[in-house]
Amino acid sequence: MKRLATSLAVLLLAAGTAAAQDKTKACFIYVGPIGDFGWSYQHEQGRLQVEEELGDQVETAYLESVPEGADAERAIERFARSGCDIIFTTSFGYMDATNKVAGRFPDVKFEHATGYKREHPNVSTYNSKFYQGRYVIGQIAAEVSETGQAGYIASFPIPEVVRGINAFLLGARSVDPEFELKIVWVNSWFDPGREADAAKALLDQGVDILTQHTDSTAPMQVAAERGAHAFGQASDQIAFGPETQLTAIVDDWGPYYVERVKAVIDGTWEQSDTWHGFAEGNVAMAPFTNMPDEVAAKAQETVDAISSGALEPFTGPINKQDGTEWLADGQKAEDGELLGMNFYIEGIDGSLPQ
Amino acid sequence: MIEAILLSVITAATPLLIAAMGELVAERSGVLNLGVEGMMVVGAVAAFAVAKETGSPYAGILAAALIGALMAALFAILTVWFVTNQVATGLALTLFGLGVAGMIGEAYVGFPGVSLGAVAIPVLSDLPIVGRVLFDQDPLFYFSILLTAGVAWFLFYSRAGLRLRAVGDRPEAAHALGLHVNRVRTLAVLFGGVCAGIAGAQLTLVYTPQWVENITAGRGWIALALVVFASWRPFRVLAGAYLFGAVTIAQFHVQAIGVNVPSQLLSALPYLATILVLVLIASNRRFTRVNTPAALGQPFVPDR
Repeated sequence: MKRLATSLAVLLLAAGTAAAQDKTKACFIYVGPIGDFGWSYQHEQGRLQVEEELGDQVETAYLESVPEGADAERAIERFARSGCDIIFTTSFGYMDATNKVAGRFPDVKFEHATGYKREHPNVSTYNSKFYQGRYVIGQIAAEVSETGQAGYIASFPIPEVVRGINAFLLGARSVDPEFELKIVWVNSWFDPGREADAAKALLDQGVDILTQHTDSTAPMQVAAERGAHAFGQASDQIAFGPETQLTAIVDDWGPYYVERVKAVIDGTWEQSDTWHGFAEGNVAMAPFTNMPDEVAAKAQETVDAISSGALEPFTGPINKQDGTEWLADGQKAEDGELLGMNFYIEGIDGSLPQ
Repeated sequence: MIEAILLSVITAATPLLIAAMGELVAERSGVLNLGVEGMMVVGAVAAFAVAKETGSPYAGILAAALIGALMAALFAILTVWFVTNQVATGLALTLFGLGVAGMIGEAYVGFPGVSLGAVAIPVLSDLPIVGRVLFDQDPLFYFSILLTAGVAWFLFYSRAGLRLRAVGDRPEAAHALGLHVNRVRTLAVLFGGVCAGIAGAQLTLVYTPQWVENITAGRGWIALALVVFASWRPFRVLAGAYLFGAVTIAQFHVQAIGVNVPSQLLSALPYLATILVLVLIASNRRFTRVNTPAALGQPFVPDR
């Protein structure tokens, strides 16, 4: 059914392009619905910012709920055929599809979010250092939790998610060295029902703080019902838990999208690998709420320290889960290592699904 | 903790049970409606919107039932009276429902919804353990249990139920006896629509009180599978729904406890269980033949 919707949308797009050849066309592919109030919603906000700031110079289009897999390649290819000048593919699972299509359309620019493959000169990658935010919320969790346990609802075992889990634990353990993390994989980016079930299971097992790397607001609502606390995902979700949300890691893609589309218009677009965080404004924290003032102040300090570069969450000594040394005392992780992270650090129970 | 787990299982099983029960009745009359997912999702959005506008979750449930019936009426007109292909029409109904629901729901994305609270049954709810689990629940849970018992009674102990099954097994014979085959089928399909709509309402009023696109996430299809799984017997549908709900919830508990089982395998468990049971059922052909509505999926045209 998604396939059909996708194809129809693409046909309409194809029909619409003939009339507007002089405009630069920026196209976006989202993994969830733009109304998820999380990941895809924030990308959509970025697209709207492009339209607003570049006005008549651009034309934009998007496809939502495009599954990661065979459909993705077809959707990207049709976008490329329909006259898009630059295509943003906004989920990790589009990585191979993006590179494949890019090989066939050398004149179209491709921008893949959260991936690491740039097999053709017309493919750039971009990402945000969400893990910086995860470190901050880990600290907050350890300060606020009464049971000393947080529940982590995870989507898929890819580097981005694993990195977040590790950063969260590092943050939490910097406050409480005994802090425990329970992780549940739901194997989906967006399924409110499953996310809610996972949230309930975690709360039943004694955690009093929830955090998630899935895109719906369901865990926040479950936490609100049960009187626990939770962190918003990708977007400020305070409306779903006015007394529940501690803060949220907010993605702001707008500035990057505007910059890249502008580069295409000016003809200055070049392949790049961008990984911005607090410092550049790509990652921000929602207001610190439902916590004591001193915890909020401390969290803000951490944000400032990471932003200024004084603090890097992944600084040694850090061991891998099996106890072998990963980073020596004072050693900082390299970006490449973080981007491909596929192991748990010491202190996390359970094995990482492969 | 067991109490809490049982509560989650019930919440997960209830929408499946309600939707499957409606589909069971429709299929017993010989109509295969693959549009359950579509009717459910439209019910979900209608329930959310009406509950939000009026502040009353009960008004939401009513709206969901009505719009479910409306969708089903569309299906019945096409398949029963215009004799279109049931499979294709059902699939179209699902696509249509998902699209319509997304469109109606656009204005409601991102708002917290109205939650249907629990209603405790006096005395019974004070019983240890079972009291809280079974008698301090949202009204839709009670409804689902009564519905199961009601459908079972109707199908096997009432004259009207006998007629409905006759229509599903031998429409020609039923017609010769003077039964209005297509009228019975239309009513059965409408009943299925009402149930699917209410099942959708459970999702947006009880399960996760919010609206997001595609909130049913395939539950309509699972309900369809449950009907086959249960070989068209109401109480087996009940068992199947709870088995499915239990496996769904168990996978998260197993993970949270820290048992080392691949999470992907756990996610697949409910479906593996379904396949296993289907194989077991299919291996006994006589058993299948006894329960399957003989004219399932076949249109009835009196004149031909």
